[in-house]
Order: sequence, then structure tokens, then C-alpha cells
Amino acid sequence: MDWDFAATTFWRLMAALPLTLEVWFLSVVLGGLIAAGVVWMRVSGSRPLEILARAYVAIFRGTPLLIQLFLVYYGLASLPAVRHSILWPVLRDPLYCGVLALGLCTAGYQAEIFRGALLAVPHGAGEAAKACGMSGLLMFRRIVFPIALRHALPAYSTEMISMVKATALVSLITLWDVLSVALKIRNDTLVTYLPLILAGAIYFTINYILGAAFLSLERRLSPHLRARPS
Amino acid sequence: MGSRLWKSVALGAAVGAALATGAYAKEWKTVVIGMEGGYPPWNQTDSSGKIVGFEVDLANDLCKRAGVECKIIAQDWDGMIPGLKAGKFDVIMDGMSITDERKKEIDFSKPYAAPPAAFMAAKDSDVAKKLGAGKPVNAIKDPKAADAAIKAVQAALKGKTVGVQVSTTHANFASKYLKDIATVKEYKTTDDRDLDLKNGRIDVGLDDYPTVAATLESPDAKDLVIVGPEIIGDVFGVGEAMGIRKSDADLTAKFNKALDAAFADGSVKKYSLQWFKIDTTP
Repeated sequence: MDWDFAATTFWRLMAALPLTLEVWFLSVVLGGLIAAGVVWMRVSGSRPLEILARAYVAIFRGTPLLIQLFLVYYGLASLPAVRHSILWPVLRDPLYCGVLALGLCTAGYQAEIFRGALLAVPHGAGEAAKACGMSGLLMFRRIVFPIALRHALPAYSTEMISMVKATALVSLITLWDVLSVALKIRNDTLVTYLPLILAGAIYFTINYILGAAFLSLERRLSPHLRARPS
Repeated sequence: MGSRLWKSVALGAAVGAALATGAYAKEWKTVVIGMEGGYPPWNQTDSSGKIVGFEVDLANDLCKRAGVECKIIAQDWDGMIPGLKAGKFDVIMDGMSITDERKKEIDFSKPYAAPPAAFMAAKDSDVAKKLGAGKPVNAIKDPKAADAAIKAVQAALKGKTVGVQVSTTHANFASKYLKDIATVKEYKTTDDRDLDLKNGRIDVGLDDYPTVAATLESPDAKDLVIVGPEIIGDVFGVGEAMGIRKSDADLTAKFNKALDAAFADGSVKKYSLQWFKIDTTP
């Protein structure tokens, strides 16, 4: 085992971690915002909006993320109308293309998680709130949202973790994320195991921390579900 | 029971020994050649899914001369040398230049082509205006002229974005001369790079001359031209050759002999003119 090489490889991979985390964070936030809109359309009670929301979820959950990424990165760029539009400075940049594609995709999953969580809020809770005279917004803020949040957490943490792994796809659109640096080291040195295993370990560590953070949040938000001390 | 066990162990050992000798004392009836099938005009996949190109014609010719049967398989560029070392195929033919780093890992035959490298950019771009039309420069014969040409390239590409294929001599050129001057993007395939060049995401593409010429002939490349020095030598090395495992020296010798014959009767030049439109024989 060449420890010097292992150390250099590790630090070169760590130098790429900020980009991986940036892609993850921006796409998860963008996806959350889009998902909120999609869920609102889905439960709005308007038939056309509901159909639109269903179609969105079906398309973005039903097609490979890699296809979506290539369509955004190479597809949009091949349209002269896009290249000459005011959006081009944004879409020219592979970072924003990656964030857009990942965000659009995770929005489909997050929307379903939020919808399921909303449906799991007991009817009685809403009725009780109304009986106390709460307005719609106040009821959402004080009653529906906190209960739904607790329901959403386990599935949402899974989605966050799978998004960390999905960021590895941006290595295919010229971004220097952790995986693409690992692949470059592999190509340059022809050592396959070490860079890939170290990259895997970095993703694993991020996801382990993320999973633990969500678990503790879940625990803190549901004290009433814990076993009583005897 | 005991004797039966011993019999099967003995049989297993015999089979193992037979397999092992078969693997080591190889007589080279069939040689498997790995290429990308996506690096025109060296090798490319036609509409029927068959791999064709300069290296396919050359491979078939050399195999006939060497008296072996050749099977060509497609393999991604970025797994080429690991694939060869892992025994997935016996020979690399994929426009692979001889470099010192690669020579540490594998052996090479004699070079069968030595085309210059070339830059391409949009006709009306300031890079094209600054660098002017393509002009051959030989860094082996005239290092001074090459230095001046590289300085001119550095000046013209300040702040620009350059696209190269990952782990190529062109990527080496970019990291040696352009790293702090321009943004260098590395692509898995030349096709991806060409798309980004046509779409205007990158300003300049750097590749070997035949590949650049093929890109310029492709659809939507009307606005692209070859600009600046067409460099031979320097980081680009002495030429492209067959990559062969170090343990297969007999195969390297076989193909070197076949190459000598193919150079002598003008076959290599013929394929070069047919596919590259220029003579790239070293």
C-alpha cells in the first residue's frame, strides 16, 4: 500500500467535495420549492392543475435521471432559441445545468413524499383546529404542517441520501465533483481500486452523517411517540 | 470415498495445468483488438453497427500479414489500458500516442501514424482572428518555432475555455501549457466535446488533425475552422501505435514485422490517405 499516494488521492478527492455538496444542496432546495408548487397543484381541487401535477410526477419519476441530465445539458444547448435567449449564461454553465436537472427530478419524488405526509394528517386534527376557530393558514402552520413534517421525515431523509449519490452523475457533464476527480486519478495513474474506494468512502461518510442527523431530528420532533420511562 | 476424492483432485489439477499452459504458451490464433468505435476517422461505428475506419483497415491488413485472426471489440477510452491489462483484449488500437507514462504500463508497437495536433474554433471568434489559419510546426525538428507557436497559443487563449478528451496527449498539452491561462474541460468522448464546441459552451477544441478534420466535416460544423499551429512532437509524442501487454513481447514482434511490410508496400500510406486525406505515416 502506497500511503503517500493514498493521502494525495484522498485530499484531491476532498478538494472536490465542496462542489458535490453545492450541487446537492442547490438541487435539493430547488427541488423542494418545485415540489411545494406541485403538491399545492395536486391538492388544489382544480382538475387541470391536478392532472398537470400528476403528469409532472409521472414524467420525472418515470424516466432515468441520466436522460434528464443529458436533455438539459446537451439537449437544450442544441436549440438555437435557447442559445440566443437570456437564459443562456445560466444554461451554458454545467453547474446550473446539473442543479436544474437534479432539482427537477428530485421535485417529482419530494412532491409524492409531501403529498403522502399531508394525507396522513388525521382528519380529526383539522376539524378540531377549525372548531377552535383557526383560519386556513394558521391551521396549516400550527397543526397540519408540524404533523405532516413528522410523517415526511423518514422518506425525505432517504430521498436526501439518494440525492447525494445522484450528484455523481454530474461527472458526465464536465464538472469536477468527487467521482470525476476519482475517475481522472484512475485514468492518469491506472490505479482503479484506491480512488474509487476512497470516493465511495467519502459519499458513505456524508450519507452516514446525513442519516444520523435526520434520525435525531425525527426523535426530537416526536417525543410523544417514545416509550414512557417506567 | 477417499480414492474417489483423490481422483477428482488429480483430474482438477490436470485440467488446471492444461488451462495454464494453454494460457502461457499462447500461439496467437485469435487476437482481440479493443477500440472505441467512436473516434472518427480512426475508428467509428457505421449505421449498421459495424466498426470501420483507418485502424480497422490497418488491423485487418496487419492480422493477415501476421497470420492471425482478429476480432475487434468496442471499449470505452477511459478503460482502455486497465482493460488491456485485465486481459479483456490483447491489443489497443485507438489513436493512442506513445507516451512515457503509458510505456510504464504497457508496450507499444512501432508507431503507425504521426499526425499533428490541431486546434479548432469558430470562424468569427477572436481566437480564430488572433491565431489565424492552421500552420504546421514540428517541435522535434524546430523546437524554437514550436516554442513561439505555443506562446502565441497561450496569448490567444487567455480566459477562454478549451475542450479535450480525458487522458489524452491533448489533455496533457492543456495541463502543461494552458492550465493557468484558460479553463480546461475534459470530456469522456470527443463527440461530447464537439457538441459543446458547436453549442458554444467551449471556445476551442484540441485534438489530432484527422479527428479535428472529421469534426469539421460533420453536420452543424460550418462555422468551425482549424486555427493556429499544427504541432508535431512535444507532449504529443512520436506517434500512435498498438498498445500491447508487456508480457506479450512475441505479439509485439509479430505486429512490428507486419507493420514493416505494410510500410514497405505503401499500404499504411494508402489507408491514411483514404481515411485522413493526408499522409500521416511517421
